[in-house]
Amino acid sequence: MLSQSTSYYLPEPSHWPVVGSCALFLMTFGGVLWMNEVTAGPWVVFAGMLTLVYMMFGWFGTVIRESEGGKYNKQVDLSFRWSMSWFIFSEVMFFAAFFGALFYMRVLSVPGLGSGDTMEQLWPGFVAQWPVSGPGIEEKFTSMGAWGIPAINTLILLTSGVTVTWAHWALKKNNRTQLIAGLAVTVALGILFLTLQAYEYVHAYHELGLTLGMGAYGATFFMLTGFHGFHVTIGTIMLIVILGRSIAGHFTADHHFAFEGVSWYWHFVDVVWLLLFVLVYWL
Amino acid sequence: MSAVIGHEHDHDHDHAHGHEYHPGGLMRWVKTTNHKDIGTMYLWFSFVMFLTGGFMAMVIRAELFKPGMQIVNPEVFNQMTTLHGLIMVFGAIMPAFVGFANWLIPMQIGAPDMAFPRMNNWSFWLLPPAALLLIISLFVPGGAPGVGWTLYAPLTVQQGMGMDLTIFAVHILGMSSIMGSINIVTTILNLRAPGMTLMKMPLFVWTWLITAYLLIAVMPVFAGAVTMTLTDRHFGTHFFNAAGGGDPVLYQHIFWFFGHPEVYIIAIPAFGVVSQVIPAFSRKPLFGYTSMVYAVASIAILSFLVWAHHMYTTGLPVTAQLYYMYATMLIAVPTGVKVFNWVATMWKGSLTFETPMLFSLGFLFLFTIGGFSGLVLSIVPVDIQLQDTYYVVAHFHYVMVAGALFSAFAGIYFWLPKWTGHMYDETLGKVHFWLSFIFFNMIFFVQHFLGLAGMPRRVPDYAPQFTDFNMISSIGAFGFGLSQLLFLYVVIKTIRSHEPAPQKPWEGADSLEWTHLPTPAPYHSFVTPPTVK
Repeated sequence: MLSQSTSYYLPEPSHWPVVGSCALFLMTFGGVLWMNEVTAGPWVVFAGMLTLVYMMFGWFGTVIRESEGGKYNKQVDLSFRWSMSWFIFSEVMFFAAFFGALFYMRVLSVPGLGSGDTMEQLWPGFVAQWPVSGPGIEEKFTSMGAWGIPAINTLILLTSGVTVTWAHWALKKNNRTQLIAGLAVTVALGILFLTLQAYEYVHAYHELGLTLGMGAYGATFFMLTGFHGFHVTIGTIMLIVILGRSIAGHFTADHHFAFEGVSWYWHFVDVVWLLLFVLVYWL
Repeated sequence: MSAVIGHEHDHDHDHAHGHEYHPGGLMRWVKTTNHKDIGTMYLWFSFVMFLTGGFMAMVIRAELFKPGMQIVNPEVFNQMTTLHGLIMVFGAIMPAFVGFANWLIPMQIGAPDMAFPRMNNWSFWLLPPAALLLIISLFVPGGAPGVGWTLYAPLTVQQGMGMDLTIFAVHILGMSSIMGSINIVTTILNLRAPGMTLMKMPLFVWTWLITAYLLIAVMPVFAGAVTMTLTDRHFGTHFFNAAGGGDPVLYQHIFWFFGHPEVYIIAIPAFGVVSQVIPAFSRKPLFGYTSMVYAVASIAILSFLVWAHHMYTTGLPVTAQLYYMYATMLIAVPTGVKVFNWVATMWKGSLTFETPMLFSLGFLFLFTIGGFSGLVLSIVPVDIQLQDTYYVVAHFHYVMVAGALFSAFAGIYFWLPKWTGHMYDETLGKVHFWLSFIFFNMIFFVQHFLGLAGMPRRVPDYAPQFTDFNMISSIGAFGFGLSQLLFLYVVIKTIRSHEPAPQKPWEGADSLEWTHLPTPAPYHSFVTPPTVK
């Protein structure tokens, strides 16, 4: 398997990376201006995002053309597999930081604030429980129940995991119709999930009094579900690209790493959701 | 796969074609997908950052030359210590070793290039915007963050917009590191020449495989930590605020879960370089290759399990202190294995002392001292006394400067002939070593005594009884700084030299770049992979 071919594909010099660097510089610098209420901020961020979209179309377009042009041999394919796996591992570690914060607050900092000298001297009357905002926050909130929208969203994401696998089987059997149908259903489920989550956020802010500022619960709830939702958004966009490519006739039964990479990512997002459902919503 | 194999001919065609398209001038460097060009850019970038961070160190040492306030106010002093740390760690040392990785890994495993040449380019070109954000932070209202390189909450939550710039700089640096590391891991796992089994790889490649793994594991965690800082600053979260059920100590836990492996991210490639250089000048194979691989792997695993030894004074439970103390001491075992292996490699070897060997020996002696002072600091009752004193500063500079930087110098002198095709000036190289070695100890050895006597770090003024040692330290610092200009001169002189270097200038060197490739290394190393016996 290793080094079967002597012609590993090496791309020629490319301007896309440096375009991406400019995009990120504009987005971050503009973001700083925006957060510090400098008028130009949003415009600089917007320019950065446009540049990033331009870069993505250009760079990914090049990769797709190279792939469809048959320039990627089996060894290149294996490189993609390794790299996607390691990328997902890095994402796991990113979420781990926030799950770690949740764990720390629930097990250490909130009980610490509600017991012993800390409670008696600094926050008399503070009762350590979960969900809680914090001893210094006056406003009340209601926490998000697990068995309404979150349970439905769990079913939606689990179903989408099945439909994307169905599409994969169809691709392996050269059944274009089923492939496209499976992907289309998956995309629809992804969008449905995001819509319900947006509704849930509106509900939280307007009816439950649950905001980002609601201390330990508010911060961990919105940051964990928010970053997850952001990843679902990315995953849905990637699925849409794959759907478009499937309609355009890309991929063969034995050469379709882009499809598999996206489905790995989708399953990863799915697993993170299951953890969220249990640790953030349910327990 | 038939469709792909059918295109085999196209591959060769495109291969050749892709390599003939070379934009000239600046565009060569902006658009390049060549691992050697990218390695060169990493190395030059890191040198520029080394001088920038070094200049900040000069400001710090000038201020500390005598008691009282001399040249900067306390705010600027804090900004200098913060940026000096961030720039040296993320801008100078890490990119230097990524530069080595880019140059050497494809050559040492017999690969045509890195696995993802375009992403490789992006990994590099993300560094200048990040550095720019850091530098811009000096000039915004409120100035650069004056919080120390560890960016501890709650101080970070109270800083001006310079902190936001720093946070985003960290995000971009993290992206660069993650992409670079994915590229390195994939290259090592998938692009080795036939016969180059894992346990035949040069130790430098092994150390980078493990370092890249560490980077992929912990850079996202750091990104998470600074993201929480950002939302605490601007979006009303209470991660690090007790009023909201959070805790500033939470930041420290997340940061050091990243920060301790980060220490090894810097040290492990240094081990790799030294493990190439010492055998070459001992004219013996590396002693205990297998144990070296296992030792590096053990250090990497242990590095995830010891983070709270940076936090003994935050109020950890005694059981936790005991666990972290013993776990930290455990790291001395694999580190000791490495040190003894390097010594055993030299035992009865036919030693010569060219500049790379001198820097490696300097590394060996001084890094060991830094390791021992680390052991001292791992002991809880001792650390409670020494926390935040100059003893800690001395300890980590023995590891970072005499460890990582000296081994980077060793590597540069060692491979400079292969990279440039010219021999460096041996005499000047040796002068550079001795100046660096002497001035380094002048700066940092006395800081052990300052710390033991109780001088706190990160404070611009001090009690008069510390004056003598501080003066020695500052004079050493200026000498060390100036000595590095000599290094720049040596490198430029080598590049411009007309004296060709042989394919294998070092008798004992045995990895593929010496045995299979001419000097200077051709633009494309192994278009067809060599067969490794």
